[in-house]
Amino acid sequence: MPQTPIPASSPPVVLDNVAKTYDGQVAVRPTTLSVEAHRICVLIGPSGCGKSTLLRMILGLVRPDQGRVLIAGEELDAENAVRLRRAIGYVVQDGGLFPHLTAGDNVTLLARYLGRDPAWIAARLSELAALVRLPAAALARYPLQLSGGQRQRVGIMRALMLDPPLLLLDEPLGALDPVTRFELQEELKQLFLELRKTVVLVTHDMNEAAHFGDHIVLLRAGAIVQQGSLEELLARPAEPYVRDFIRAQRSTLPQ
Amino acid sequence: MNARFPWVLGALLTGLFAPPAPAQDTIRIGSKRFTESYILGEIVTRTVERAGEARASHQRGLGNTAILFAALKSGAVHMYPEYTGTIAFELLGLKRAPEDIEALNRELSPHGLAVGVPLGFNNTYALAMAETRAAALGIRRISDLAQHAGLRFGLSQEFINRKDGWQALRAAYGFADTQVQGLDHGLAYEALAAGRVDVIDAYTTDAKIARYRLRVLEDDRRFFPAYEAVLLYRADLPQRYPRTWRALQSLERRITASQMISMNAAAELGAVPFSRIADDFLSGRIAAAGPGESGRRSFLETLFAGDFWRLTGEHLLLVFSSLALSVVVGVPLGILAARAPRARHFILGAAGVLQTIPSLALLAFLIAALGRIGTAPAVIALFLYALLPIVRNTCSGLADIPAPLRESAEALGLPAGARLRLIELPLAARSILSGIKTSGVINVGTATIAAFVGAGGYGERIVAGLAVNDHALLLAGALPAAAMALAIEGAFGALDRVLISPGLREPGVTSREEGA
Repeated sequence: MPQTPIPASSPPVVLDNVAKTYDGQVAVRPTTLSVEAHRICVLIGPSGCGKSTLLRMILGLVRPDQGRVLIAGEELDAENAVRLRRAIGYVVQDGGLFPHLTAGDNVTLLARYLGRDPAWIAARLSELAALVRLPAAALARYPLQLSGGQRQRVGIMRALMLDPPLLLLDEPLGALDPVTRFELQEELKQLFLELRKTVVLVTHDMNEAAHFGDHIVLLRAGAIVQQGSLEELLARPAEPYVRDFIRAQRSTLPQ
Repeated sequence: MNARFPWVLGALLTGLFAPPAPAQDTIRIGSKRFTESYILGEIVTRTVERAGEARASHQRGLGNTAILFAALKSGAVHMYPEYTGTIAFELLGLKRAPEDIEALNRELSPHGLAVGVPLGFNNTYALAMAETRAAALGIRRISDLAQHAGLRFGLSQEFINRKDGWQALRAAYGFADTQVQGLDHGLAYEALAAGRVDVIDAYTTDAKIARYRLRVLEDDRRFFPAYEAVLLYRADLPQRYPRTWRALQSLERRITASQMISMNAAAELGAVPFSRIADDFLSGRIAAAGPGESGRRSFLETLFAGDFWRLTGEHLLLVFSSLALSVVVGVPLGILAARAPRARHFILGAAGVLQTIPSLALLAFLIAALGRIGTAPAVIALFLYALLPIVRNTCSGLADIPAPLRESAEALGLPAGARLRLIELPLAARSILSGIKTSGVINVGTATIAAFVGAGGYGERIVAGLAVNDHALLLAGALPAAAMALAIEGAFGALDRVLISPGLREPGVTSREEGA
């Protein structure tokens, strides 16, 4: 199936007045958010602030009770969800790999299902392995035989396989030890800039947000408190909570 | 599961349900699961053969009365030896026994059945004493017991408790005070021989009457209902096979109670084969129960007797055809149950209820519904019993997949069908396979009931062994069944290693590549 070309005029993702309630518990209050192309947008906030729910709405994994989700100008619904997801790469904590498939098969699963040329698939696989610096031998192993960092690299390869314009990452480095985490942070940022992807990243870690984000969206209790660059947030906090949240998490603030 | 599988299954089912080929020229004679019925069935079968009008096939040791009645009505068997009392009370549900065979036939004609050819003996309840003691006291009839106060009665619980049992008998014969002791029937003969009781209840043609030298007391007030041995047959049999019918009529009143006792004893105590007992009877001899002369076979000879491979083949056919059906039906039902929680209770509940249906009741129902005995009802019964483990394990295997994995598959952009095939079923495969294994192992055991409906298998030996109290024969059926169950267990272990992804193995994850 051909990928839908994204019209230059439409933002890659628009959440238009979306809201979600689970069994009387409000997860997301009516919220509107537009993600700009080729930028890294970080959703940050304490547990239960609704950041993951917003991310999953973009994929159609959660259907909003009200409002619309627009992917490159096209409204997401039950009909087009499967097709639109193929133009979105999704990475979760610990990679979300299928344990019964080897690393390589995890990466190529969708491409094989779509009947892509095997030679193209093989070439793309080694290209991606080089890109995320995964040893070729690891591709034949099963997820349980890989280290946490390797699993995460495979997860990223899987998300990049069909070269989607949009990447969604939900706490992608959450399960890693500090050393691996730092290493991957650096690599990922380089990768995103190099590939010029539109990225939406969910994290609860302010250091990570500061590292990646040129656009930070701070959430609390299902609503956006403030959004902008880190500098803007620090210079003109919308309310004391913004400064408190950033200070509490971040050991060294930029000057 | 490869693409050819449905074809193989289709061919298998066509084989099972196709009408038996030359049905016209074969008269099928049934018998029930006890020695006397086997012997009479064999005598009738030989008689039909000798008439030369049609082939005869003896469906030995079929289930209970209800199964035979269903088989007879559907035409799966044409006749079998039965007792007038059983026909009146169990088959027709009458309160009182009809006066005579004509009255019984009036009741049977709406069913398209008839009775005839009274064989000459009556197999009913009786009271018996040791011959020597009865002779010493001069007791010949039940009414004579009234003159001897202080006799000790050792009666079975069933006889004591039946409405038409001991209390009614006592009233009918006007016994005054009597000493009655409840006794297991199997122990009663020993108790009588040891002189610990004087009178026991028995069946009039019981082989042990000869062995323990008992005197059966004459029921001079005709208290016990008549259980006369007769042939129960499909009403059109005499017209369709007139020559055979004349031959069968020659059996009328040919077998006395004492001859029947001797034949039962020859089978049970002398281990004489039924076929020889029947041949001897028809050529005017009663097979002797001489122990040295007939000599039991060694256990190994019994185990690997000529029918071993036939029974093994039949047993395998029963187990695997029913298992294949259960997989084809059970896995989709399990998927449905996992998908729709509202349907789950209903599906698992229904599969659970199926398992609680007594096998003989289920078989009787299936024979009536299908109009035939043999492999088809047995396979369907086994299929129904095998459903629950497969449905339950498929459902739980799918429901236990962690939600993040399920979401990863969805987020990837795979449609629902592909997610099921490529992700969910492989992840649940281990649980599903273990459900199939459980069903397979259970089926090996349950398939022994197939002998009740003439579908063969190791159950044939178990049923025959139980009927004639031959423990070696019983074991020769039970041991191979146990071995088959173990083999299936082992085969599924091997299948597990082939079918289940190494990535799902818990501890020793295989590493085919060198570490890096």
